[in-house]
Amino acid sequence: MMTKTRWVGKPLKRKEDPRLIQGLAHYVDDLALPGLRYAAIVRSPHAHARILGIRFAAALESPGVVAVLTGEDIRGKLGMVPVAADLPELKVPPHPPLALDKVRYVGEPVAVVVGDSRYRARDAAELVEVDYEPLPAVTNPEKALEKNSPLVHEQFKTNQACLWKLEGGFPDKAFKQAHRIVRQRFTNQRLIPVAMEPRGVVAQYDAGEELLTVWSSTQIPHLLRTQIAAMLGVPEMRVRVIAPEVGGGFGSKLNVYGEEALVAHLAMKLGRPVKWIESRRENFLSTIHGRDQINEVEVAVKRDGTLLALRCRIVADLGAYHQLLTPAIPTLTGLLLLGAYKIPAVKIEYVGVFTNKMATDAYRGAGRPEATFLIERMMDLVAMELKQDPAEIRLKNFPQPKDFPYATPTGVIYDSGDYAAALKKALAQVGYKKLRQEQKRLWKQGRYLGVGLSSYVEICAMGPSSQMPAGGWESATVRIEPTGKVTVLTGSSPHGQGQETSFAQLVAEELGLTPDDVIVIHGDTKAVPYGIGTFGSRATAVGGTAVYLSLQKLKQKLTRMAAHLLGVAPEQVVIGEGELFVKGKPRQAKKFLEVVQAAYVAKTLPPGFEPGLEATSFFEPSNFTFPFGTHVCVVEVERETGDVHIRRYVAVDDCGRVINPLLVDGQVHGGIVQSIGQALFEEAVYDENGQLVTGELMDYAIPRAWDVPRFETSRTVTPSPVNPMGVKGVGEAGTIGATPAVVNAVVDALRPLGIRDIAMPLKRERLWELFQKKRAR
Amino acid sequence: MAIRIAVKVNGRAQVHDVEPRLLLVHYLRDVLSLTGTHVGCETSLCGACTVLLDGQAVKSCTLLAVQADGADITTIEGLARDGQLHPVQEGFWEEHGLQCGYCTPGMILAGVALLNENPNPSEADIRRAIAGNLCRCTGYQHIVNAIQSAARKLKQKSRKKS
Repeated sequence: MMTKTRWVGKPLKRKEDPRLIQGLAHYVDDLALPGLRYAAIVRSPHAHARILGIRFAAALESPGVVAVLTGEDIRGKLGMVPVAADLPELKVPPHPPLALDKVRYVGEPVAVVVGDSRYRARDAAELVEVDYEPLPAVTNPEKALEKNSPLVHEQFKTNQACLWKLEGGFPDKAFKQAHRIVRQRFTNQRLIPVAMEPRGVVAQYDAGEELLTVWSSTQIPHLLRTQIAAMLGVPEMRVRVIAPEVGGGFGSKLNVYGEEALVAHLAMKLGRPVKWIESRRENFLSTIHGRDQINEVEVAVKRDGTLLALRCRIVADLGAYHQLLTPAIPTLTGLLLLGAYKIPAVKIEYVGVFTNKMATDAYRGAGRPEATFLIERMMDLVAMELKQDPAEIRLKNFPQPKDFPYATPTGVIYDSGDYAAALKKALAQVGYKKLRQEQKRLWKQGRYLGVGLSSYVEICAMGPSSQMPAGGWESATVRIEPTGKVTVLTGSSPHGQGQETSFAQLVAEELGLTPDDVIVIHGDTKAVPYGIGTFGSRATAVGGTAVYLSLQKLKQKLTRMAAHLLGVAPEQVVIGEGELFVKGKPRQAKKFLEVVQAAYVAKTLPPGFEPGLEATSFFEPSNFTFPFGTHVCVVEVERETGDVHIRRYVAVDDCGRVINPLLVDGQVHGGIVQSIGQALFEEAVYDENGQLVTGELMDYAIPRAWDVPRFETSRTVTPSPVNPMGVKGVGEAGTIGATPAVVNAVVDALRPLGIRDIAMPLKRERLWELFQKKRAR
Repeated sequence: MAIRIAVKVNGRAQVHDVEPRLLLVHYLRDVLSLTGTHVGCETSLCGACTVLLDGQAVKSCTLLAVQADGADITTIEGLARDGQLHPVQEGFWEEHGLQCGYCTPGMILAGVALLNENPNPSEADIRRAIAGNLCRCTGYQHIVNAIQSAARKLKQKSRKKS
């Protein structure tokens, strides 16, 4: 496909930007509706406590307050917060939108107050008095597995939420035959997504039309609609969900939250529109967190550095309740654990654990950054123990291009790749050999330069429905309007990724139009056919393919119609720029608009031709896609302060065919910075009592502009065979690939100190202490 | 108890009686319906609410509306003149300086304030100037490019004038 490229592959500036750079966009909190009421939520200050009583008479009498609801008020009226993940013997505790009897994490909703202004609602929320009997809390997942641990959910008699095992090849045999076994324990710390727009919901019930409309800052409007309808017991066709402008998600809005159903319930109960906007403090406490795994890894290797097998135990801290996909995320870690390497045997055990913390769930990369971190750190440790170069050890273990499609022992099939090409390109660009010489020179001067590699592969374009909890396909309707302009309705739900532009490029390319002729509509369940949404780097590879397939149907109709008008066979008609013409006879042509109008006016139609020009496709992918690449990070660590200066950052990514390189660079940059955040700065810390110590931006450091360098990005292009456009996806590449590159670089820099591993985040005080210890010795 | 304030917002005089505790950002958003200024943290740490107050970039979530009495305020809605985008707005569009757009109005105004003070900033100057504005999408590189591009355009403009 696409031998011509008038629009595809071009760095077009975005169609969505004019509204965003002029303050004309509408996020949830920008909605003003007549008679709007404001909800404020009372949250638990305890990590674990019994609710003895709730007194809210004073709140109810407070000026402007119209309602106060507690868990008892919605008991039996509002369903539980849903979980879509399904694992064998998974323990699923009831998860009410407002706590019943007990609270299990700090920030759990206990009551909701509705007032006539946001200030008055918050004032009144302060007046709600809850009597708690504090209970012992458990915040350490390994302690939670001990016999005498407090139980998060008593009915299960254990804090183990699930146990998932995976074995491929003959791992135990391989370990017996190994020349060497390299072992390490890693902690992949808990992170907080921090989308710049916190969550928010507005709900309005029209009693005449019997229609509930819910605006929510979500990545999955259709799935949310289905779940809200189920939680409220309302027929789904009476619910409309709109994802307006969404200010970032990163997986944190790939969920169904209790507040979304609660606000809808309030709007129906009060007969007034109700708005709830999450404060940043609430966002830290009660929007899903990410990562939080402890990994015990061992790798069996031959003397020459060939990897034979990998064994890993994953203890994942899932928090107190399951959100939509909570227990499924570490299984993605399992599937990707062998990374970009041909390792013939694997054995994985994943234990999911309840603790008195907020739930973890999909945060950009979702399980895959954990896998990449683990295998890429292990590759460096293997190189270190065998005294080999980290680049050489990687090159030795890559599958070769002829090995694709490559079936891993974890049961996934890597679609296409040339991993060595990306690595070599990155090494050449960064000047690897020279850097190694410079490093030796600087070490002698007492300066600490380090080079870190990460050769990642990722599982993207989620995904085949057989492997997804709630469908992995995507829908698209393309309608050529009677005026020749084009409306695209996509089930994808972009929130910054730019598909209003890239899908318009696709349409323009295929139909011989310009992107200005196209509008892309998304995020409204009343307008758009049922869709799955935007997450898992799927919008272009799955949603875009649905658009592409609809375009092929329309092209067929257009050429048939044009052939009919021109009096030739449809095979003879070619789509040109703004016209359709007879192959080899460009003068024998019909204007695009003329053909379109003929299809609508329908005075004369080819036999069996349905009037109109609209096509809908549901694309079901046969496999995931597997983007890959190599990132190289060059750091210098300052001995006196422990500061990490990133001197160079080279990223060679392969996301298959590219529709808009500007958008791809943007995705890569943003992903890398989130990754640097995990490597150097970010860590969600709960104390022993279950208080979130890093509960604000003051205490939780997300990277600022001066914390990060300029990135040198480039690409290799290996088309995916999974979809006709050959695209793979790029939304998570940076986040999946970059963390180990940074950590490997810092550990590499500190080799003269005899350092083998450093726990993330590599904060300056942590590194400074390492220098001090060395000095003391 | 309400206090009367008089401000100029995007060139227009406004007089309102406001609660003393009303935050400037809520005054702009809820009273004047200028919702282009966003609330990201209410603690002055993220910069999404940045506006220009007498030409200075300030965080409108930690100023009270009454403190702005008498001030001349510019929000994102007031930046384009006569249908012509400000060079910093153009820069963000051309250089892909935004993704989800939530931090963008504050980021653009921080960029405008910087270029008003320092028309010839280095990359380090730019990164320092926007360090109080958080972005979780872009990784900042295209934002830096956007402000550099605006600086070039503004220089060309002033050259033409002189």
